[in-house]
Amino acid sequence: MSENFRLEKGGLINRNRKISFTFNGKKYFGYEGDTLASALLANGVHLVGRSFKYHRPRGFFGAGVDEPYAIVQMNRNNEVDPNVRATEQELFEGLEAKSVNCWPNVNFDIGAINNFLNKFFPAGFYYKTFMWPKSFWYKIYEPIIRKAAGFGAASIKHDKERYEHKYEYCDLLIVGTGPSGLASAYAAAKNGAKIILAEDKSRYGGSLLTSEVTIGNQSGQDWAEQIISELKSMPNVILKNRSQVFGYYDHNMLVMSERVSDHLPKTDKYTPKQRLWYIRAKEAVISCGSIERPLVFGNNDTPGVMLSSAAKEYLKVYGVLVGKKPIIFTNNDSGYETAIEFKKNGVDPIVLDTRKDANSEIIKEAKELNINIKFSYVVVAAKGYKKVNSADIAKISDDKKVISNIENIKCDCICVSGFWTPTIHLASQSGNKTKFNKEIDAFVPSHSKQKEVTLGSANGVFTLEETLKTSFEKGSELSKQITNKENKVPIPTVVEKKSSKHDKFWCVPLPEGKNYKRFLDFQNDVAVADIQLALREGYRSIEHVKRYTTLGMATDQGKTSNLNGLQLVSEVENKVVPQVGHTTFRPPYTPVSIGAIVGREVGKHSKPTRKSPMHHWHEKNNAVFVDAGVWLRPRYYKRGNENLFEASKREAKNVRQNVGVCDVTTLGKIDIKGPDVAEFLNRVYTNAWLKLPVGKARYGVMLREDGIVMDDGTTTRISENHYHMTTTTAQAANVLSHLEYYLQLVWPELNVNVVSSTEQWAGAAIAGPKSRDVLQKLFPDLNVSNEGLPFMGYKEGNLFGVYAKIFRISFSGELAYEVNVESGHGNFMWEKIMEIGKEFNIQPYGTEALSTLRIEMGHVAGSELDGRTIPYDNSLEGLVSKKKDFIGKRSLSKKAYVAADRQKVVGIVPLDKKTSIPEGSYIVKDPKAKLPNPKLGHVSASCWSVEYDNPFSLAIIKDGKNMIGQKLYALSPLRNKSIPVEIVSSHYVDPKGERVRS
Amino acid sequence: MLYIKCPHCGLRPQTEFSYGGDATVKRPELNKEVSDQEWDNFVYLRKSPRGKHLELWQHISGCRQWIKVERDTLTHEIFTTLKANENL
Ligand SMILES: [Zn+2]
Repeated sequence: MSENFRLEKGGLINRNRKISFTFNGKKYFGYEGDTLASALLANGVHLVGRSFKYHRPRGFFGAGVDEPYAIVQMNRNNEVDPNVRATEQELFEGLEAKSVNCWPNVNFDIGAINNFLNKFFPAGFYYKTFMWPKSFWYKIYEPIIRKAAGFGAASIKHDKERYEHKYEYCDLLIVGTGPSGLASAYAAAKNGAKIILAEDKSRYGGSLLTSEVTIGNQSGQDWAEQIISELKSMPNVILKNRSQVFGYYDHNMLVMSERVSDHLPKTDKYTPKQRLWYIRAKEAVISCGSIERPLVFGNNDTPGVMLSSAAKEYLKVYGVLVGKKPIIFTNNDSGYETAIEFKKNGVDPIVLDTRKDANSEIIKEAKELNINIKFSYVVVAAKGYKKVNSADIAKISDDKKVISNIENIKCDCICVSGFWTPTIHLASQSGNKTKFNKEIDAFVPSHSKQKEVTLGSANGVFTLEETLKTSFEKGSELSKQITNKENKVPIPTVVEKKSSKHDKFWCVPLPEGKNYKRFLDFQNDVAVADIQLALREGYRSIEHVKRYTTLGMATDQGKTSNLNGLQLVSEVENKVVPQVGHTTFRPPYTPVSIGAIVGREVGKHSKPTRKSPMHHWHEKNNAVFVDAGVWLRPRYYKRGNENLFEASKREAKNVRQNVGVCDVTTLGKIDIKGPDVAEFLNRVYTNAWLKLPVGKARYGVMLREDGIVMDDGTTTRISENHYHMTTTTAQAANVLSHLEYYLQLVWPELNVNVVSSTEQWAGAAIAGPKSRDVLQKLFPDLNVSNEGLPFMGYKEGNLFGVYAKIFRISFSGELAYEVNVESGHGNFMWEKIMEIGKEFNIQPYGTEALSTLRIEMGHVAGSELDGRTIPYDNSLEGLVSKKKDFIGKRSLSKKAYVAADRQKVVGIVPLDKKTSIPEGSYIVKDPKAKLPNPKLGHVSASCWSVEYDNPFSLAIIKDGKNMIGQKLYALSPLRNKSIPVEIVSSHYVDPKGERVRS
Repeated sequence: MLYIKCPHCGLRPQTEFSYGGDATVKRPELNKEVSDQEWDNFVYLRKSPRGKHLELWQHISGCRQWIKVERDTLTHEIFTTLKANENL
């Protein structure tokens, strides 16, 4: 298809490079430098989607970030990209896009029936219509609404694109590269400030790209180009295009989304698709301009009705005519600029000016060009369904209440200008209390709460001369305060055409007997009548009106609709706009992809992976790993076709019969030094620590102040003032913070230092009746007999030239030792243990066997110390000192904690000695009792006892002390299981603890 | 994201810190008899002021020091930061 609406010459596109693309399956071509929108318009394509509620045909309304209609779904790089604004998407070879919100297609849309049923879709229709009957909601209403409504469809596949985050610091972050952005950036850069200058489009220059002005002796566009090239050469300036600063957060943190690769057919390797910038700016300069306001009239959503500034941009930037028979409908001089551009390119526009009369340099130029201008004229309604083909126009009375002389004239587009709305989103997000400026009928920033200033038309300044002057001055002033340098740059002279005052008129009354829809919010289909209805129904607060009617709640966040909505509410309510106030502006200013927000923290990268120094050995020996906090630990070592159950049983059995070795590097370790350590530990742990001799370890339990067990572990006195504490893998970081809290804030008088040494030591637990034999061979010179190294003893040794710490401690309940060497020697130690242990049938064992061993011994661990239990619940009351005070002690006398039937850990065994009890099952007396079945407790950990060869679990149940011997039931509704069980002691194996002392 | 001035390290982003609650709560002295009410006040009961609040933060990814931060809970304005042993 040939381009019928492209001018022969002009625009900033590269006419030497043709680009082909498809839209809704049809092939078109455009040029390098086009957006999808400009290329479609060049091909005469105006119908791009359907509206949200009524499924009315929709075309293009804007030319940039404010676009409410032209939302398309893209296929790029084999990924689906929903909700892309066609006005922002740059064209690339092979681009594929399609309309959204149309089913089955854009030309025949089933939902459009809503348009004819629209009296059933009034304001608040979701709330009213689908209320009754309730049972209809899930099965009938919701699926239909979901199918018929909504914009693009998100992919359900994993997004393979790469997204990045970046952190930056700067003196000035300048948002927008129009005249105010360039001037302030230039002045500040000359003063040596570190600057980030962000432009959301691909081209720098903002309004200078489309306006007819002279700066110095250059055109505005040439001036912009020159400033940009100078800024690019300065080392203190970061210049970013395709970058939208979308959020202003606390302490001058602004977040920017950079579309790094979206304009390319493919994302290069090692390059992200998008990059999110977290920018901490000393000063934020908001120079993001203003957005033209629509005028409201009948069927003003028909494709072909668009902002006059957008029509001008398509002409001047892309060399595209949005129509060949345009009506310009305006209440100010901006419409004339568009009319003049049409005329200069051989197209005859008609200008309908709502004003009775107006005179200015721009209007004079239009008159001199013989442009047909009708004052006191309005568009009453656009005609045409999928595209404007004519308009009813009429004369309007001076008081703007009466229309007369309605006539129909042919046209193929209607360009509207209802004056300008400053873009105050970022300023408002920063906490700026905005004020209403009556001169321009819009809100502008006023008192700054953060380090922020708004310049140019974003601040309601609409002349270039004043914009440049204030921006040069502000850029210089702000940067000087930071750099203490001043390099004055002369402010250039400006030639621009002066405008006359705009008309406050914005909404055309309905002609008698007509019921045209007059839209305020184009994306969410909110019409004048909807707001009027909401007000009649009693909604008053603008925030409520917004939510009830969904005005301004779509993905465009009401960029073109907010002010007209406010005008209407204030008119109906007989209030002035500032009394009505505006709704809160919240980030993001434009939609941000979830991928960009998540960044690189996906899958394996969502947290760091820690591996022990023996990791490679485990890998080579068929370890199957499990995540343990941030660590990867061997769960079991697979032999042949073994499964988890078989392998862990073999490993655990070998520990009970021979000897096993387990990687315990992941245990938290804290090095503690100082003369007051014993006193400190005495306050931290529940048991007594003042008399622990050098060379001895002790098991300890620490509580939170509320009496709940925080962690357990052993601490060893290495020398007089040096201790080595171990914590559980999961609580290592919390315990360190906890100790630091008490040392720094509560008892600063204690002379104690703590530091994490978790990563400094590699650990191996050697456990089983033959572990002493292995240890003796590892340390032939040491006396490791029961007398030489008794239970809870500590010794240092020489492991074939490597310094080692040896602790006689046991988690498995067997005779056991833990050997620690510096991390770098971990693998050496491990291989030595395996080599020497061979003759004793040593086998490595993983976390699954480790759990089995501790469960059947009744040793409590994380699943019992779950942040809800006190020492008594875990049968640790013997470790709670009655004599001394410690953290959390006072809480232990709470009524509930000393109740006679307090919960306690017990063992449970299935009566059939066969059925494994799922963890998380709950214990009940009667499995058939009426729901809710009174629950006695829950199963915290389950294993297959290798000692007795039957299932065994630990449970925490009410009055556990008196429940031993009872026959109860373990219920797992999730697995539909009801298992008869017997309550036994939690110490199922070796209840007297003789093995560890043997 | 807040920008917190650690008295030991300087201005650092919030992500380097962890929050520690009301800095004005005093732990009852060890071995002192305390009433249930007094103890509950210490363990559980916290004010949730709208406005100025002196609170604890730990610079966990930095110097690991616990610090005091006077912050407006409504606006997030930070008025002053103190070392653990300093008071307003
Ligand atoms: Zn610090």
